[in-house]
Amino acid sequence: MKLLTGNDLKTGDVIWWNGLDWSRFVADAADVAEDGEAILQREEASRRVNASYIIDAEQTDEGPRPTHIKERVRALGPTVRPDLTLKPADPNAADWVI
Amino acid sequence: MYQYDKYDQQMVDTRVEEFRDQVKRRLAGEITEDQFKPLRLMNGLYLQLHAYMLRVAIPYGTLNGKQMRMLAHIARKYDRDYGHFTTRQNIQYNWIKLEDAPDLLAELASVEMHAIQTSGNCIRNISSDQFAGAAADEIADPRPWAEILRQWSSFHPEFSYLPRKFKIAVIASDTDRAAMKLHDIGIQLVHNDAGELGAKFFVGGGMGRTPMIAPEIRDFVPADELISYAEACLRVYNRYGRRDNKYKARIKILVHELGKDEYTRQVEEEFAHMKELGLNPPVEELARITEYFADPAFDLDASDDLDLSDPDFAIWVDQNIDTHKQSGYAIATISLKPRGGIPGDASSAQIDLMADLAEQYSFDELRVTHSQNIVLPHVKKSDLYALWQKLDEAGLAPANLDLITDSIACPGLDYCSLANARSIPLAQKISEKFADQGRQKELGELKLKISGCINACGHHHAGHIGILGVDRKGTENYQLLLGGSAAEDTSLAKITGPGFTEDGVIEAIETVTDLYLQEKQGDERFIDTYRRVGMEKFKEAIYG
Repeated sequence: MKLLTGNDLKTGDVIWWNGLDWSRFVADAADVAEDGEAILQREEASRRVNASYIIDAEQTDEGPRPTHIKERVRALGPTVRPDLTLKPADPNAADWVI
Repeated sequence: MYQYDKYDQQMVDTRVEEFRDQVKRRLAGEITEDQFKPLRLMNGLYLQLHAYMLRVAIPYGTLNGKQMRMLAHIARKYDRDYGHFTTRQNIQYNWIKLEDAPDLLAELASVEMHAIQTSGNCIRNISSDQFAGAAADEIADPRPWAEILRQWSSFHPEFSYLPRKFKIAVIASDTDRAAMKLHDIGIQLVHNDAGELGAKFFVGGGMGRTPMIAPEIRDFVPADELISYAEACLRVYNRYGRRDNKYKARIKILVHELGKDEYTRQVEEEFAHMKELGLNPPVEELARITEYFADPAFDLDASDDLDLSDPDFAIWVDQNIDTHKQSGYAIATISLKPRGGIPGDASSAQIDLMADLAEQYSFDELRVTHSQNIVLPHVKKSDLYALWQKLDEAGLAPANLDLITDSIACPGLDYCSLANARSIPLAQKISEKFADQGRQKELGELKLKISGCINACGHHHAGHIGILGVDRKGTENYQLLLGGSAAEDTSLAKITGPGFTEDGVIEAIETVTDLYLQEKQGDERFIDTYRRVGMEKFKEAIYG
């Protein structure tokens, strides 16, 4: 599957296209299939997202999982600061990245 | 310390307001990201893996308590309560919001700080010896020269769009604590036979994907001609440095391709021309700047006696204290490498505490080191115990300076969009593995440096033991290097062979250190044993 990701223009937060809007959680990400480039162009113009691009991912029971480790780190947060990730209450959250 | 005059302040304040307007226009959609990106980078604002990252310049790593306290305030108010001290003596914040950046920069400007020229193809923050003005072995204080270079290079119209970024280091002793020969220009202040002050110039060093040690191109430039000689070096580079290929655009490639002799010939020709232009600062200006760096009011009767009856304090003194030029005083290094910690990270509370301690015990001065530690340069020996107790309470007293757990590590894949592998988890695991003080001490001086990609922000080429993280078919893999040094015996590390997993590279380091202990003769350091024994024996031990 293909996911569309980028950073929120104002805050810099990592965001994912969920089919209708942007979400901070990769679990919400939608498969953009062949439409990614068109959505990217439209959304960049709307000024909500910055530096957006399309990535490969696989569908899992927990939702989309980016193929490349760099995107998994982006999706979670720094593995060395669990308290600053999007799953601060889960001490094993980094296992998903690795 | 240098203090801004009205021109310095005006330049920085004007830039803040200019950037405020640019941010407003970007958020309103009046300019595109392609138009805005170079503007934000000129103000040190990158877009990193998780958010915007701001790199704040700390000129030659020197700052006072008020400035340090501002860094803590910024961590609390605009970031997530911590900052990361870098290998270029700066600080980075990892979670800055674009909409907050102008206010943040205005607050920085209120304490004579900024983020200008911490990115882009310009002359970056001038770096120097963290012991400047305090070291017993320096022939002059390098800071006035670093400051003159800072003023010369700030907003220099001719050097704002160089072929690539440009880094300059200035030192003033034979002991190199600033990785001087691994800079685009390394300057060492020296005396000539007549006892006059001048400088040796080394040009074309650097790390990155093509590491090179800068060759010496001139053994003596008179001190009052130092700026025009630097200008000549830059002019030749600006004219002929490659702009067609960013991987071949650093000055080291130009010096290498032209050859040291031809590059030097061209610099000398340019220098002869530059001298006629009268670019050097007038003698009065040199004197004015130098006055800011006068010695603090040392107590000339301060005692050298130290009560070392507390064994933990004694260990810290033995490891983290260096000789000061003034009797009765010492240079104290605060290690930001606690067991299992993140190299170079400090919380706002720790940054505040270090500011307080600098004011109380070190004539209001702090230094950031390229090894990601903090120095209090002028501490009375009689105050060392009280200082250590306060540091220890705050987790700031690891006694590991220059030992294996005092590793340098870049932010790596946990934060950096360029990285291929994580650096910090490796540094953490190694610091746990070698935590035993006796074991560390037995291994002695051992510079471990970890980079998460070939750009080498973690200085892996210059590590006695270096680690380079690479991407191997989507998984992290680590190459091991041996034999580098960033000190006066500068050398570049060599790769041992095939890479390892994270656990594998830690095992390999244990093998390497075990072999060192077997082969060590007398007081030989790891690097000395490696140079005597050679790579083959280490490779054999690692790979069988």
